[in-house]
Amino acid sequence: MLRVHHSMESAAPASCEQTEKAKKYDRQLRLWGDHGQSLLEIGHVCLINASATGTETLKSLVLPGLGAVTIIDDAKVAHQDTGNNFFVDLASIGRPRGEVALRLLLELNPEVRGTFVDQPLQEILDNQPEFFTPFTCVIATCLPESTLLTLSKVLWDAKIPLVVVRSYGMIGYIRIQIEEHTVIESHPDNEIPDLRLDRPFSALEKYMDSLDLDAMDDKEHSHVPYVVILYKFLQKWNQEHGAPPKNYKEKKLFIQLVKTGMREKESGENEENFDEAVKAVNTSLLPTSIPSGVQTLLNEAANITPSPTTKPFWIMARALHEFVSSEGRGVLPVRGTIPDMTADSEKYIKIQSLYRDQAAQDADWVLRRVQEHSQQLGPRKVMPSLENDVKNFCKNAHALRVIKGKPIVEEYKGSINLSEIGAHLENPESDLVWYVMLRAVDQFHSEFRAYPGYFQDQVETDIVRLKVCVNRLLADWGCGPIVKDDFIHEMCRYGASEVHSVAAYIGGCAAQEVIKIITAQYVPINNTHIYNAIAATSGTFML
Amino acid sequence: MTVAVAMAVEWGARWVEVRKLLERPGPFTHPDFEPSPDTLKMMQENIRVLVIGAGGLGCELLKDLALMGFTNLHVVDMDTIDLSNLNRQFLFRKKDIGRPKAEVAAEFINQRIQDCHVTHYYNKIQDFDDEFYRSFHLVVCGLDSIVARRWINGMLLSLLCYEDGMLDQSSVIPLVDGGTEGFKGNARVILPGLTSCIECTLDLFPPQINFPLCTIAHTPRLPEHCIEWVRLLLWPKENPFSEEMPIDGDDPHHLSWIFEKAQKRAAEFGITGVTYRLTQGVVKRIIPAVASTNAVIAAACCTEVFKLATSACTPMNNYCVFNDSDGIYTYTYEQEKKEDCVACSQVPQELLVSPSDKLQDIIAILTDSLRYQMKKPGLQAMVDGKTKSLYLHSPASIEEKLRPNLKKTVEELGLRDGIEIAVADVTSPSTVLFKVKLKK
Ligand SMILES: [Zn+2]
Repeated sequence: MLRVHHSMESAAPASCEQTEKAKKYDRQLRLWGDHGQSLLEIGHVCLINASATGTETLKSLVLPGLGAVTIIDDAKVAHQDTGNNFFVDLASIGRPRGEVALRLLLELNPEVRGTFVDQPLQEILDNQPEFFTPFTCVIATCLPESTLLTLSKVLWDAKIPLVVVRSYGMIGYIRIQIEEHTVIESHPDNEIPDLRLDRPFSALEKYMDSLDLDAMDDKEHSHVPYVVILYKFLQKWNQEHGAPPKNYKEKKLFIQLVKTGMREKESGENEENFDEAVKAVNTSLLPTSIPSGVQTLLNEAANITPSPTTKPFWIMARALHEFVSSEGRGVLPVRGTIPDMTADSEKYIKIQSLYRDQAAQDADWVLRRVQEHSQQLGPRKVMPSLENDVKNFCKNAHALRVIKGKPIVEEYKGSINLSEIGAHLENPESDLVWYVMLRAVDQFHSEFRAYPGYFQDQVETDIVRLKVCVNRLLADWGCGPIVKDDFIHEMCRYGASEVHSVAAYIGGCAAQEVIKIITAQYVPINNTHIYNAIAATSGTFML
Repeated sequence: MTVAVAMAVEWGARWVEVRKLLERPGPFTHPDFEPSPDTLKMMQENIRVLVIGAGGLGCELLKDLALMGFTNLHVVDMDTIDLSNLNRQFLFRKKDIGRPKAEVAAEFINQRIQDCHVTHYYNKIQDFDDEFYRSFHLVVCGLDSIVARRWINGMLLSLLCYEDGMLDQSSVIPLVDGGTEGFKGNARVILPGLTSCIECTLDLFPPQINFPLCTIAHTPRLPEHCIEWVRLLLWPKENPFSEEMPIDGDDPHHLSWIFEKAQKRAAEFGITGVTYRLTQGVVKRIIPAVASTNAVIAAACCTEVFKLATSACTPMNNYCVFNDSDGIYTYTYEQEKKEDCVACSQVPQELLVSPSDKLQDIIAILTDSLRYQMKKPGLQAMVDGKTKSLYLHSPASIEEKLRPNLKKTVEELGLRDGIEIAVADVTSPSTVLFKVKLKK
């Protein structure tokens, strides 16, 4: 026994031994992979103001292993920080808040580096706007409107993503300002399989035609993957109807046709593969098409002349566009993955490899186009791991996402998205009203140098004043005074208080948005998110 | 200024943010709410909150509750700290690996947050009786186990007092429950006896579907099939480490062995994609997890605890789902109480059987139906005023003696129409009464 154990031990190849880092990050690597993690680990995030909301946001970035953080904060730790901020302590009252928060945050993960700057933000913006260039992303909390607008302009011009996070009483707010964000791996939750039954490629067609359902014995018949069953009955159907079933009625008839092919098993049960085929009719017979968002992106790519500054994403999109309009005859490259189906191993794996090979062939076509474009741009434009990147791009072609952002200045000064505002303000359930309230308290602050209700003895007067601000704001947007007084009262009740559980909620959300931006995986919001802790609801608005 | 006055001023300054919510009236408060400086004092002096689980959600919950002003917190957890917890369970450090989670979490909070006192219990929730649970005003759950959730739900329901069929409101201990998986999560408020409970919505947690054994054995197609083949069939046959040694998912030698054999099997069938990470994921049934989702869900739960304790805002009604993989999505709705819920309805459960059904068929109904999803039910019948054990899983001697009953029919066991069967299971602290109804 001992001998066996020993031989097993030495038989374990070194590659199996996970690094300590892989073990520590295992649960998240299953979400964004080693490549996502690598991007996170070279990310450098700047946090402006280590308030409760600020430190809660950083916490969910330090834990998963962000590369580095820089905190800008000129405040000193006060008593009220010890009542809502986990990353200060009683002993540090009076010390620079950025320093204390940084020290306590970095304790969470020794792999993260950090610095702090004990200097007013306005000073940095005035004297050294280039300060921000090293950052992958900037997070800002607790800024008055005028400073926020200056910051947002600096970062927009420098093409550095800005995430504004805020908690105000029971309300949370996130605003992302990013010029353009492209996502290859958006990880959609429910994917429609790409089976090409309406336009089988020749290898698939050849293989399908080589199979004869009627000639199979019962065992083989009950182990034919459903994609074959659908193919065969679709042929039969098309002979009679000329085109695949389109509407509900035709699909129902088609299902009946499929059922005629089912043999009864000895046990009296249905053949599972036929049951699966029936279930798959709805999704698998949809015509192969390009999702509208991807089509928009391809149209944009069609107008691109690749230059040395063109992002690899757009060069690949350009090549993809060329594929669609020639080789692909109007559709995207074959995805190359198929869902699991009840089947014998041999047929399933054969079919799987047919799809996979076709995907590789299509991706290869795209790769050659990408290479041609790159060569024209000169030797400097060599992309590392190009082949894998293009493969990955083609595999995800149906789920590509592009976000076009809008500067905060534009939203604040002139061209806010009025149709979005109008539509939501008419809906009493919409949380957009809290956005209006947040904008109004900012205007209030600009005017009176304090937030409404900040001082206990001024709550009543502030209610009247805030109402003026709200109505002025709505009038600027051309909306009537449709905000109920309840919201104004509630806002004055808050008096700009930063309550921990609201800060923790919105900080967690904001941190994940930053991770999405840094890893270029999953899809960030565009562009404003409001959390309403009163009703535990939320909404995302394009403003 | 005297020391006492100075401390009071500091106390006031420290909690100034949360005091605005507690000391000012507002249009969205609960009708019971009375703005007062005493509310925070009441929270700190009188309210006892029990946190179940000191993992991803539990760590967050303790921090959140402490910083909302609660000072009397208790935490139960039976686990110890593992390296893979450190990417999100932020109260733990590398030096703490192997120590009880509840203990380390409590130590950390007590040290960081002045005046907060967390009491820890390195225990299973089943180690405590109703006296223990009755001593809390609120219970918050951050668990990954559905069985444990169901058990605590059953416990809080068992504490309800009814007088003449009317629920005594003071016996209601609210349960706030959170759960996460990757970028998805949910938070809910349960008022036992008043709103839908965990068992009302059991169909939200369908049992995990296993691959059919014949697929694993004969027609593998996926890398997971190959790993399951090694785990379920090859391991017990070859016993690679020693006779009867079960698989330890944390032992890299075990995992490496499974990984290699699965790779070989995959190669035989031309299947690609068996990796070490996948092997580990399948063997240990790993659920992906990330810091941010735990932070969000715990915070949502804590907000609800705060509302329930202070009435400063009306509680959420009553179920919220969250997903931030594509944008940030939430959906909040009222989960309805099930009229004939097995746990909270007071309606006797009917067990519809044929005289020819065997006892094992009845047990299959209890374990397989989405409605009951029991694990190892033990059954006792009340026949002619006497308790008759039909089947029990333990002790082994009794199990052996009762085992022949499994093959006996309802008729042979003398289970007539209207006979009551008490069913005990790990999913509930109390037995569930079923009334036999014979199919005509
Ligand atoms: Zn119930």
